Amino acid sequence: MLNKITGNLDFQTDALVLRAERQRIISSNIANADTPGYVARDFDFAKTLEAATQGPNALQEQMRTLSATDAKHIPVPTASFGQDKDKRLGYSLSAQPALDNNTVDMDRERANFVDNAVRYEATLRFVNGSSRTLLSAITGQ
Amino acid sequence: MSMFSIFSVSGSALSAQSQRLNVVASNLANVDAVAGPDGETYKARQVVFQTAPMGEEGSAGVKVVGIKEDNTPGRKVYSPEHPLADEQGYVSHSNVNAVDEMVDMISASRSYQNNVEVMNTAKTLLLKTLQLGQ
Repeated sequence: MLNKITGNLDFQTDALVLRAERQRIISSNIANADTPGYVARDFDFAKTLEAATQGPNALQEQMRTLSATDAKHIPVPTASFGQDKDKRLGYSLSAQPALDNNTVDMDRERANFVDNAVRYEATLRFVNGSSRTLLSAITGQ
Repeated sequence: MSMFSIFSVSGSALSAQSQRLNVVASNLANVDAVAGPDGETYKARQVVFQTAPMGEEGSAGVKVVGIKEDNTPGRKVYSPEHPLADEQGYVSHSNVNAVDEMVDMISASRSYQNNVEVMNTAKTLLLKTLQLGQ
């Protein structure tokens, strides 16, 4: 019963956690804009959210199958959702090669940062709206 | 709460960039310095940045691992009347290139501003998260 009420919020919560993760990763990229040899990192938000919403262990299972190339392989132990960041993190390629091998494209990172911040706020509003709807539904008038 | 590590990441970048700005300032201050009595001229300095992992994967701060001196020979100016001129009448100046330093200064100050903005945005988002459900 309670599960049905809160299930509505779960999707938004996953999205909010992933937005916070992405914000953190992009800010690391911006901090390392002048570090020689640093490779910018990011992850595919849509795919990760899709994997996260397929169940509590869906992401973990996906990682297991990705890491094994043969059915007899012993799967590499992976942590549960929210702790297994480096398996999901990709490396972004540089649009213009730099002499010091740094692949941070400041224009792209700034755009991603602002975009992610706005979407984070939007998700916050969705969560707020959902909880307000629930509250007004359970308040006896 | 993972977003809190943004402050340590951006904070480390701020301190690294301000150290870079400090080095640029001392280079620019010594751009016209000549060799002292020991014959040693001022050598242009440069900070070396390195990525510093901060806790979770994907959180990468910056640290200054060292300050390197530029060992290229400095300018030699012929002015025999100068009190510090050598036997041939040349005065050794520092090897600081003012244009390079100005470019470095602008780059450091832009990076600093970027990181300040990142921190401000993270702060706004966290404050809004605190008001969740109200």
